[in-house]
Amino acid sequence: MNDGEILVIDTEALVTEVLKLKHQNYRLVQICATKTGEGYELTYSFGKDYEFVCLRLNIKEGDEVSSISDIYKPAFLYENEIHDLFDIQIKMISQDYHGNLYRMKTKTPYK
Amino acid sequence: MSVRSIVPFGPQHPVLPEPIHLDLVLEDEKVVEAVPSIGFVHRGLEKLVEKKDYQQYVYVAERICGICSFMHGMGYCEAVEHVMNVEIPPRAKYLRTIWCEMSRIHSHLLWLGLLADAFGFESLFMQSWRLREKILDMFEVSTGGRVIFSVNMIGGQRRDMDAQMLSMFSKVLDDMERELREISKTFLNDYAVQSRLKDVGFLTKEQAHELGAVGPFMRASGIALDSRKLGYAAYPDIDFEPITSQVGDSYARCDVRIREIFQSFDIIRQAIAKIPEGEVAVPVKGMPSGEHFMRVEQPRGEAIYYVKGNGTKFLDRVRVRTPTFANLPGMLETLKGCQLADVPILILTIDPCISCTER
Amino acid sequence: MKISKSPWIIHYDGSSCNGCDIEVLDSLMPKYDLERFGVVNTGNPKHADIFLVTGGINAQNKPVVQQIYSQMPFPKVVVAVGICACNGGIFKECYNILGGVDKAIPVDIYVPGCAARPEAIIDGVMKAVALLDKKREEMKKEAKEN
Repeated sequence: MNDGEILVIDTEALVTEVLKLKHQNYRLVQICATKTGEGYELTYSFGKDYEFVCLRLNIKEGDEVSSISDIYKPAFLYENEIHDLFDIQIKMISQDYHGNLYRMKTKTPYK
Repeated sequence: MSVRSIVPFGPQHPVLPEPIHLDLVLEDEKVVEAVPSIGFVHRGLEKLVEKKDYQQYVYVAERICGICSFMHGMGYCEAVEHVMNVEIPPRAKYLRTIWCEMSRIHSHLLWLGLLADAFGFESLFMQSWRLREKILDMFEVSTGGRVIFSVNMIGGQRRDMDAQMLSMFSKVLDDMERELREISKTFLNDYAVQSRLKDVGFLTKEQAHELGAVGPFMRASGIALDSRKLGYAAYPDIDFEPITSQVGDSYARCDVRIREIFQSFDIIRQAIAKIPEGEVAVPVKGMPSGEHFMRVEQPRGEAIYYVKGNGTKFLDRVRVRTPTFANLPGMLETLKGCQLADVPILILTIDPCISCTER
Repeated sequence: MKISKSPWIIHYDGSSCNGCDIEVLDSLMPKYDLERFGVVNTGNPKHADIFLVTGGINAQNKPVVQQIYSQMPFPKVVVAVGICACNGGIFKECYNILGGVDKAIPVDIYVPGCAARPEAIIDGVMKAVALLDKKREEMKKEAKEN
């Protein structure tokens, strides 16, 4: 992938694509969710030296996404945050807080 | 057979200036695991973007954190400027660089003080913070504020520094450098300080990469990455190299931060010598449309501002990935195997900023 | 001996941006030197007379603030430092902010500012000290009557 590229992929292909980047020695930089008209957009960013690449998923309400926390350990914090704020279901997070990372007045405020 | 017990740590704790909670799983005195729970400072300010327009949001971005308030404001502005294709005047770029490095000096001095407090060296704590006051005075002279500056706007800076002010700043920096040399001798050579910091809380180069650590925490483990090299503000014109250490313990982190303060003095001097004349802001027309990831090197490490505009004055999404959020997994790793009494120091060595982390 | 000769303070960061926290610590440092009034910063609520709270109250830190307040001995004074602690400030409209500190515990002194300046914090603490003496007198009077 080129520096700054945002590659749109299918939900099923996420783990495969992330593994590819892992083998190329990329590190996880961040995971970000955005609400779009009918669903959500998940952006996974990776870095190697000063290079910066992103994978993007477009998911619909109620879709389940696989966790990448077994591949990249720090992902568990981002995934818990996305689950708490956006109510996006993420399967098999290595350290799952079950909605208790942020204990808020309003549940899933970004939904 | 050792006894396993769980000790809750925080959110209110004498050594913590900010609330974070950890459940420490102990075997006798040894920590085997630490489970964080965060959210005590969670405000939800990313969602305020629906109520404040993209220009008003600069003031919210500044208040993500009161320590790096200038850099938060600047990072957000740079991201929006990138989306809107605004090129700010060269003088504004230099001003941003000077204020950025002043923020770094003040933040690192603050951290040195808190570290001294954590290992019980009260007079060193006071000395570091006394020195830091000089930077706050410089901020007050140049922006009018001590903590929140509000000098950033989309398209440039609100205030300028005149030649007299800049020459005064160079003098103050010379004095500070001399005093810091004195203080840093104690931090780096004192027997008592070394006994608390050396060989405590190792993070190897591989772990730092694997766990996505950033900033001085990562550089102290031997990875030479510094987002300032990406060339925002006036950094392309400035001559500097990322500061690293190969050791990776708490002492190395202290050492890297002290050398970064000296580097910041040097960067400000270079910027003062090279600053061009001219305007400090350009008028901005139109509405932001498009998205951009902006990466900025804060005192604690790389911060990422994601901005997505839809062509109206309200942005679709602003997200900030702050350095402490990225450093938490690394911190949990360093806690494993340490003594309970070392936990406060190890938490401090990542320079945690909880209000950034939880936003 | 009057309690105002050496009031001890405890500081808790609600959901502030750090600005006011640092200024609270800063007012105890050599330049502003709140300690010249006999003020000691403590981490233990049971030692404290004055409770300085910075930042607004959210769902998660409300019980923490109430817990610290309930552990402090009488007489006690609460100082809300900074505009967020007074009424929520810029974060008032955020979904997770309930409002100022008075949503959780009774507040005696409000110190405005974003961030509150050390001079203002010192002024707030001095007002709190005066109130502390007053509250103590009232307690003594009540004790005599009963």
